[in-house]
Amino acid sequence: MSFFRQALTVAAKDLRSELRTKEALNSSVAFALVILLLFGFAFEPTEEQTRQIAGGLLWLVFAFAGALILNRSFARELANDCLDALVAAPLSGAALFLGKALANFVLLLAVELISLPVFGVFYDVNWTRQLGPLMLVVLLATWGLTVVGTLFSALTVNLRLRELMLPMLVYPVMVPALLAAIQLTSPLVMGAPLDAGLLLWLRLLTAFDIIFTALTLVLVETLLVR
Amino acid sequence: MKAVEAAGIWKFYGDFPALREVSFGVQAGSCLALLGRNGAGKTTLWSILAGLSRPGRGLARILGGDPRDQRTRARVGVLGHGVGVYDELSALENLEVFGRLYRLPGARRRALAWLERTGLERVRDARVREFSRGMRQRLALARAFLHEPALLLLDEPFTSLDDRAVALLQSLVREAITAGRTVVLSTHQLPEALELATHVALLVRGRLAYAGKRDSEMLRDPGWLYRQYGEA
Repeated sequence: MSFFRQALTVAAKDLRSELRTKEALNSSVAFALVILLLFGFAFEPTEEQTRQIAGGLLWLVFAFAGALILNRSFARELANDCLDALVAAPLSGAALFLGKALANFVLLLAVELISLPVFGVFYDVNWTRQLGPLMLVVLLATWGLTVVGTLFSALTVNLRLRELMLPMLVYPVMVPALLAAIQLTSPLVMGAPLDAGLLLWLRLLTAFDIIFTALTLVLVETLLVR
Repeated sequence: MKAVEAAGIWKFYGDFPALREVSFGVQAGSCLALLGRNGAGKTTLWSILAGLSRPGRGLARILGGDPRDQRTRARVGVLGHGVGVYDELSALENLEVFGRLYRLPGARRRALAWLERTGLERVRDARVREFSRGMRQRLALARAFLHEPALLLLDEPFTSLDDRAVALLQSLVREAITAGRTVVLSTHQLPEALELATHVALLVRGRLAYAGKRDSEMLRDPGWLYRQYGEA
């Protein structure tokens, strides 16, 4: 129990810090909205084109906007050497990682839930017709992005060019999750139900989440000690 | 019983050996002043003992356990160069967070008691961002002492402290020693450290040049140790 309590303490601490400064949240939301707006103006897609690009557009926006949040995750600990104080405290690297991942998950989810209605308005799409399955995909894919992103945030925290390195390292690893999320989101936002073909992508997404969550919980301890 | 044991510790940064076969022990209940000029390897050794860094070669043990063991870390108070508190949280919130991470019963009560002890109770709800360097350092002391650790590892704790805060730190360390706790104090501020220390270790360019009891000669002439071991 204390493992989860410690993880929740870290998550609450991160969320409280972020909600007071809104550094990552504001830039991430602004970035997502601007891209959705500009893309809509630039291409004025027809309904058929929207059906084809919806998944790709949304998840590329979420992935890029997410990088802004993920970059801040461990970088937040650099000021005042807070990371040393955390690593010296009696909590496992896994609890620290899980806490950070939970905070990032909530923040990224907030960006997505603000972006989705904006997408609906700009592209004239009623995206709520398959709300349940769509939210399931959003939750699974967001967790996948968060887990991988948080791990690489810890890995790149001491690099001088971490803002550049994090996306370069994270996106190739995220490809399976992004691909599955794109394949699932496009039909769901246009109101198509989950069929057998889509369930295969859903399984891939679930497997990605399970494998990378387990892998990072095991690996993260070695990253934290110099 | 030894509270700290270092056996043949080497640490390399690239090819550069920051520590060269450092071996020493600290008896439980004593206060060791870990001295040395800038770049002598004090912080490197401190970070290995604090479990923040692994030795390249050799073995470090604190309170009879591995420095990375969670049960061991629960009994160690660490204060490094950075104050290790969050600017966006209040003083009270900071101590509550660490109280919970150290699984302390009554974390809030303890946090309030330590804020009072360090003279920060009036600003308990103010964000640390608004604090002076000295106030941050006092909050960091409260964080390090919050869980009443059996071993305190303090790296340059006198930095940026005014007279009042130095007196507070000295009284906290004296109380800790009286209560049977062990203190390792890494610093290059000799008079303050020697006043508190029962034992002294001197690092010279990554090697342990001296380890032994602090004697009265060192108190009379704090620079004596450096001159004696070629660091004048």
